[in-house]
Amino acid sequence: MLMLIKGGRVIDPGNLDGIMDILIADGNIVEIKKHGLAGDEYPEAKIIDASNKIVTPGLIDMHVHLREPGHEYKETIETGSLAAAFGGFTAICCMPNTDPVNDCRQVTEYILQKAKAADTVRVYPVAAISKGLKGEALCEYAELKEAGAVAVSDDGNPVKNSLLMRRALEYSKGFDLPVISHCEDLDLAAGGAMNEGVVATQLGLAGIPNASESIMVLRDIALCELTGIPVHIAHVSTKESVRAIRDAKTRGMPVTAETAPHYFTLTDESVKNYNTNAKMYPPLRSGPDREAVRQGVSDGTIDVIATDHAPHSFIEKQVEFDQAANGIIGLETSVSLSLKLVEDGVIPMTVLVEKMSTNPARILGLKNGLHIGGPADITIIDPERSYRVTADNFRSLSRNTPFDGWDMKGKAVLTMVGGKIVYQDP
Amino acid sequence: MRFTKKHILDMESLSVDEITLILDTADRMKEISERPIKKVPTLRGKTVVLFFYEPSTRTRISFDIAAKRLSADSLSISASSSSMVKGETLIDTARNIEAMNPDVIVIRHSSAGAPHMLAGMMKPSIINAGDGMHAHPTQSLLDLMTVRENKGKISGLRIAVIGDIAHSRVARSNSIGFTKMGAHVVLAGPRTMIPKGIEALGVSVTYNVEEAIRKADVIMMLRIQKERQQDFLFPSEREYSTVYGLTKAKLKKAKENVLIMHPGPINRGVEIAYDVADGPYSIILDQVTNGVAVRMALLYLVTGGARNADAD
Repeated sequence: MLMLIKGGRVIDPGNLDGIMDILIADGNIVEIKKHGLAGDEYPEAKIIDASNKIVTPGLIDMHVHLREPGHEYKETIETGSLAAAFGGFTAICCMPNTDPVNDCRQVTEYILQKAKAADTVRVYPVAAISKGLKGEALCEYAELKEAGAVAVSDDGNPVKNSLLMRRALEYSKGFDLPVISHCEDLDLAAGGAMNEGVVATQLGLAGIPNASESIMVLRDIALCELTGIPVHIAHVSTKESVRAIRDAKTRGMPVTAETAPHYFTLTDESVKNYNTNAKMYPPLRSGPDREAVRQGVSDGTIDVIATDHAPHSFIEKQVEFDQAANGIIGLETSVSLSLKLVEDGVIPMTVLVEKMSTNPARILGLKNGLHIGGPADITIIDPERSYRVTADNFRSLSRNTPFDGWDMKGKAVLTMVGGKIVYQDP
Repeated sequence: MRFTKKHILDMESLSVDEITLILDTADRMKEISERPIKKVPTLRGKTVVLFFYEPSTRTRISFDIAAKRLSADSLSISASSSSMVKGETLIDTARNIEAMNPDVIVIRHSSAGAPHMLAGMMKPSIINAGDGMHAHPTQSLLDLMTVRENKGKISGLRIAVIGDIAHSRVARSNSIGFTKMGAHVVLAGPRTMIPKGIEALGVSVTYNVEEAIRKADVIMMLRIQKERQQDFLFPSEREYSTVYGLTKAKLKKAKENVLIMHPGPINRGVEIAYDVADGPYSIILDQVTNGVAVRMALLYLVTGGARNADAD
């Protein structure tokens, strides 16, 4: 079957930028030409009108929690995949803190098998750094790589032992498995339920200081320097972390970093009234931190926007604030919130595409981009489309978002994976 | 003035006029407890549930007595005797209580915000009897009443609050309450016990107890919890009491007619010397007496007692 994506502004950073037509046959891109030139000889092609829209290589969310296996009432690989497609993502990376933990071939293969059955977006498993996420022994990276893992991370259970972290970096090198670090000093953060600061003091909630994150960012940068092996810092939330990563990059360290839309959109003010849908690790920070994160996105310190999509049911969220689970879902609001950065002049559209597609692919070593002969993984974004977020209509099984009811401008209107349309805006 | 607040959740949400009305009502209620027959029929037929998720003696008994002196039916539930131990959530337990149509639920809970959560979804009035480190509005109101009673005013006074400010809901509520009523609140304690940004409540902070005490009209000592040593907040009770404890020697820096307060329970010899706790300036037991009056006033006001009286 032939499809022709017509008249959109095609942006593939470093490769393409212009009003172009893309012809797709049998799941692959077969022609990319200036608008009006492609596909003349294929009148039978199905036309997808992309005029006034942005056509990009498929977006990748490299930090997602699918709750399968173990907590299927929060999210399954299938519902998470549908949520990803709805949000404009053609690929997602799922973190290993499932039950059982993804620390062995069997779990990685199980995830890939379920993803294949879901047949929606590409699912790339991230395996654990340490067995059981316990920070005591390395997982078998060779086997995990062979089974299909694309990276390792002890996300949610930061690696406390610096020697183990050093060895993880060194050992992963042989298998091209990037290490993704959740940076948090749990002793320093002990008992905290939200960002340390005026709001926490007023609400009577124990605070988590900025330093609990940056102290570990600095440690991981030191280990990166020691080993010369890349490290990717997950969900950066503080100004000190941004500064540390910027300094490391200036010195040529192979450090990369991501942040999540909530860190450049919200502050800890959102926790007022004990809103458990504004509770996550790391916590929402202060205004100056949000500014620093936006600055880091703008100047390239932060390479990637990833959601840290963390589904939880009402059972975990409709409880006392300090007892509520951490995390919010993000797949279905990420593109709209990130487009706001473009509207606010923080980054141009091309850079947005880099941070949501090109860069995560580069860091993880995934194929990406719009190339003749390559798979048609494509996202079409309508930057002008206005709508109101309705969590009840989400594809995700969970509803834990602080953005319910928000008026948004811009969203993904079509998601295509290997030439198959997995989501199309009605 | 009509009292229209349905819930008593924290001092932030009460206006100066509302606080004054509560204190005036409490002043009148106090007399009932001094009668030979300490009971009026005002809240006959009303049900007050005392829902205590955290241990409490003083506050629970105080609410219980307050309810009974107004002829309301009161009953206590504690965490250990409720379905909480069977894994029921707070909301489910509360909804079951709500289904039995009480008029007021008084709640104490170790989690900040628990009373707010219930107030957002329940029919009965919610009175916060202490939530985590957040708020203890009835304590603050009884403290305001006690100071006003002894000093004839609140505005313009200098109130020193000394101890573990970070973990104290009493310190938070009194910072807001006394500042709102025109007093100047000075918080003091070791830096480890002063929470970040507390100055936003309109108070000043010092790490020097003598400085806090100097020219104070009122000194309020907070209980020090031994288990806080595990969080490295202070090295030993010995050093704490030497540096931050209230002794007669330190008291000399204060104004001559200074008042000593403590929300209880007291660790004698730790945050307060035994001869200071029982000394002539101590109004610690007045606080307890006034606690009943303030809670009677609140039960009366939130159940629309004033409106009922108007109707009569």
